[in-house]
Amino acid sequence: MSTNGYIGKSVKRVEDKRFITGMGRYTDDIILPQQTYASFVRSPYAHAKILSVDISAAKAMPGVVAIYTGADVADVNGVPCGWQVNFKNGDTMKEPKHPLLVADKARHTGDAVAIVIAESQAEAVDAAQAVNVEYEELPCVVNASEAVRAGAPLVHQEVPNNICYDWTLGNPIADVDAAIYGAAHVTSLEFINQRLVPNAIEPRSYNSSYEVSTDKYTLYTSTQNPHLIRLLMCAFVLGIPEHKVRVVGPDVGGGFGSKIYHYTEEALLTWCTRKIKRPVKWTETRSEAFQTDAHGRDHITKADMGFDADGKIVALRVKTYANLGAYLSTFSTCIPTYLHGTLLQGLYTTPKINIEVTAVFTHTTAVDAYRGAGRPEATYLLERLIDLAAHEMNVDPVELRFKNFIPPFDGVTQPGYQTQVALQYDSGNYEGVLKKGLEMLGYENFRKEQKEAANNGKLLGVGFSTYIEACGIAPSAVVGSLGARAGLYEVGQVRVQPTGKVSVYTGSHSHGQGHETTFAQVVADKLGISMDDVEIVHGDSEAVAFGMGTYGSRSLAVGGSAIIKSIEKIIEKGKKIAAHKLEANADDIEFASGKFTVKGTDKSVGFGDVALTAYVPHHYPAGLEPGLDFSSFYDPANFTYPFGCHIAVVEVEKETGKVKLKRFVSVDDVGNVINPMIVEGQIHGGVVQGIGQALYEGAVYDNNGQLTNGSYMDYCMPRADDIPMIETAGQVTPCPHNPLGVKGAGEAGAIGSTPAVVNAVIDALWSGGHKVRDIRMPLTSERVWQAMKN
Amino acid sequence: MSIKISVTVNGVKHTDRVEPRLLLVHYLRDTLRLTGTHVGCDTSNCGACTIHVNGKATKSCTMLAVQADKARITTIEGLAKDDKMHPLQEGFKECHGLQCGFCTPGIIMTAADLLQHNPKPSEEEIRLALEGNYCRCTGYHNIVKAIQFAADTMKATKKPRKEVVL
Repeated sequence: MSTNGYIGKSVKRVEDKRFITGMGRYTDDIILPQQTYASFVRSPYAHAKILSVDISAAKAMPGVVAIYTGADVADVNGVPCGWQVNFKNGDTMKEPKHPLLVADKARHTGDAVAIVIAESQAEAVDAAQAVNVEYEELPCVVNASEAVRAGAPLVHQEVPNNICYDWTLGNPIADVDAAIYGAAHVTSLEFINQRLVPNAIEPRSYNSSYEVSTDKYTLYTSTQNPHLIRLLMCAFVLGIPEHKVRVVGPDVGGGFGSKIYHYTEEALLTWCTRKIKRPVKWTETRSEAFQTDAHGRDHITKADMGFDADGKIVALRVKTYANLGAYLSTFSTCIPTYLHGTLLQGLYTTPKINIEVTAVFTHTTAVDAYRGAGRPEATYLLERLIDLAAHEMNVDPVELRFKNFIPPFDGVTQPGYQTQVALQYDSGNYEGVLKKGLEMLGYENFRKEQKEAANNGKLLGVGFSTYIEACGIAPSAVVGSLGARAGLYEVGQVRVQPTGKVSVYTGSHSHGQGHETTFAQVVADKLGISMDDVEIVHGDSEAVAFGMGTYGSRSLAVGGSAIIKSIEKIIEKGKKIAAHKLEANADDIEFASGKFTVKGTDKSVGFGDVALTAYVPHHYPAGLEPGLDFSSFYDPANFTYPFGCHIAVVEVEKETGKVKLKRFVSVDDVGNVINPMIVEGQIHGGVVQGIGQALYEGAVYDNNGQLTNGSYMDYCMPRADDIPMIETAGQVTPCPHNPLGVKGAGEAGAIGSTPAVVNAVIDALWSGGHKVRDIRMPLTSERVWQAMKN
Repeated sequence: MSIKISVTVNGVKHTDRVEPRLLLVHYLRDTLRLTGTHVGCDTSNCGACTIHVNGKATKSCTMLAVQADKARITTIEGLAKDDKMHPLQEGFKECHGLQCGFCTPGIIMTAADLLQHNPKPSEEEIRLALEGNYCRCTGYHNIVKAIQFAADTMKATKKPRKEVVL
């Protein structure tokens, strides 16, 4: 297969036109005939017994169509968790019911007590305020390490000590303990990877309708994976036959993980539309989003990294308390374990690693994957430790990394790298990205500049982070053996129309990633046709056969590979048709640049001719089916392992502790790149979210379980004037096990950037003689100032 | 109770009776079905609802529809003229200034106001002008470039704001 040159080019996005003209179609833009609107009655308390719910006054309000409470859905299943993690002793994790509406108890602020449906949004809100709920407030616990203590308030009575599971991975703890004990130097750190709120700018929105005559449902939902929602909702919650439900994820305004999960409201609206036989729509307010969209991170960790006298890492020991919130979200259980513990090898040859994780229920919003999901936490841990160790041992943090890097391997002529924590890296050249980053930074000059600045009473600092992530999620058999309750393949159908135009149906879902462009580049190149002749269809369970959706930087690596498989089938069949037309043997036909040619001759037939013949098979190979339309499932052989080097340069204002981010350098190796412009855009966005964690963001619960910064007035995210231009560069180490050689780029930025910024601030403080070991994120002026004072 | 209002939106005059509490953004989205203007928060911080009211960038979630009576409004749908994109729209496409597209209309409308009174803004001026808009996808890098691109391509002449008709 030759290409006509789209792959590798920064082709402008084909989807942009509708977005820049206001013609994007998001779920909240949809109003259906007979539309009704929902509003929720939510608990203002983090933990409270529900004594009574009086809907009589609300029912009499204008426009009210129906009101349902926890009692009405008591017999309906809760939303399921998609990943089973077992206790160390083999017991199954604790999996309390996550009901669509709570009847007995509220377990976090925002827990839904009742749904009010009315003729207009305003009437629904008015009536929801007239629902009278009597609560008895109960003591609550919001912190994971406090929740496991004896006597802590229980989130679920059936879950002792609030522990969902405890879990371990890696080398035997005794071996790791011994190696740490025998180390020449040990760097230890206890820190918090704070809770973040994903904050896609489009709030979650659902519109569910039921058609009596056909007994069919349609759910429009702001989701990253429509088929997964359909499967979970039909099979696990409502017991509706799957073929009776169409789930559509139209344009989706950002997800970052928070729109992966099957939320209670999706199922509840679908349950309600069947009851009232009218469409029900609900779009959360931003305040509701803060209380109900799954949060990210929230780890409390103690880690020890041991070094020998030469600075080689001899062991890593980690103990983490992971806060899962009040209920299990769809993938919450695998985040602190299989997407975190498994990444603790990092880029280093550490021979002994052990991690223990205790996953804990608290009276807070559920925690699940947020951009990077577990891997940012692992990277933060490793990169903070190694940088701090360099300060403590008075060696260069760059030299310390070079000393410990796994040597380059391509995964083809050299085998993949087997880690101590279950994974086998596919291919890597870790020194390469750091070297390139140092060149871009001008490292030697920087250190001189830093010294001069220090002499002038200024605090300049540089922070490094070299990261790896496991993407292209995931080989079904592997994740199945680790507890996943689903396969993680992807589906790609390529339908060549009679005129040679091509429609591609992918189970991946774009919510900003530009699949309509990238995938079309691939298809057009592989078929030797114009991109204008390719359309990418996604997000509709009725159009696309099946799919697992978009998360874990998987779309191109897994979804793109499924499309490639179908293209191969198209070409193989096309050769048979072409051979018949050219009166040659199919084995003698080669396909390149949109033409089927008899090898060694100038006899050829175009792709369009072959397509037409497939649909008008008057002169056609005997026994061959008409049509040119193939669907494929692709299940990856391994994860993909993008990696890179992020470097932050900061200046800390001595008087105030204010951190100014002066430069950010990002060198990312995401394997082969189809569209550099889109990949860079992904890196920019990820990097800035990671900077947000380092400097600005963090959900703050008070002791009463109130989220004290649950609005855009209070929760600080990076704005345009907080951020410098991001200096990006790439390196290409192809993935050896998928046909495009791609690794994935969606999460890389957010995984690498956070520790780079924190390390830079710590470095700035050390340059001024402040031997600060840690500052709690986000690094507000006050915290940095306090750290300098102490 | 409802109140009669008359507004000119993207050059078309509309007369409607609205509830006094109806926000302008909901009037545009739900009554006129101009859904390019988005709602991303409930505290007037995200800027996704930014439109032009009498030529000036305004968050349409901070205004009641009744306050827009007799106003001239431009939304993202009215920015292109006769299928010719506004230079900002071109710039956002050319520079990959958008990903999910949800914040984009608001940011483009904010930038259009900026370029009306500052046709050649510096990077810092652009970043400051965007302080009322959140984007969670792009890290702002390409948004800044897109606005620079538009500034470079616009034959913008400095006019008093009230005379500018988009």
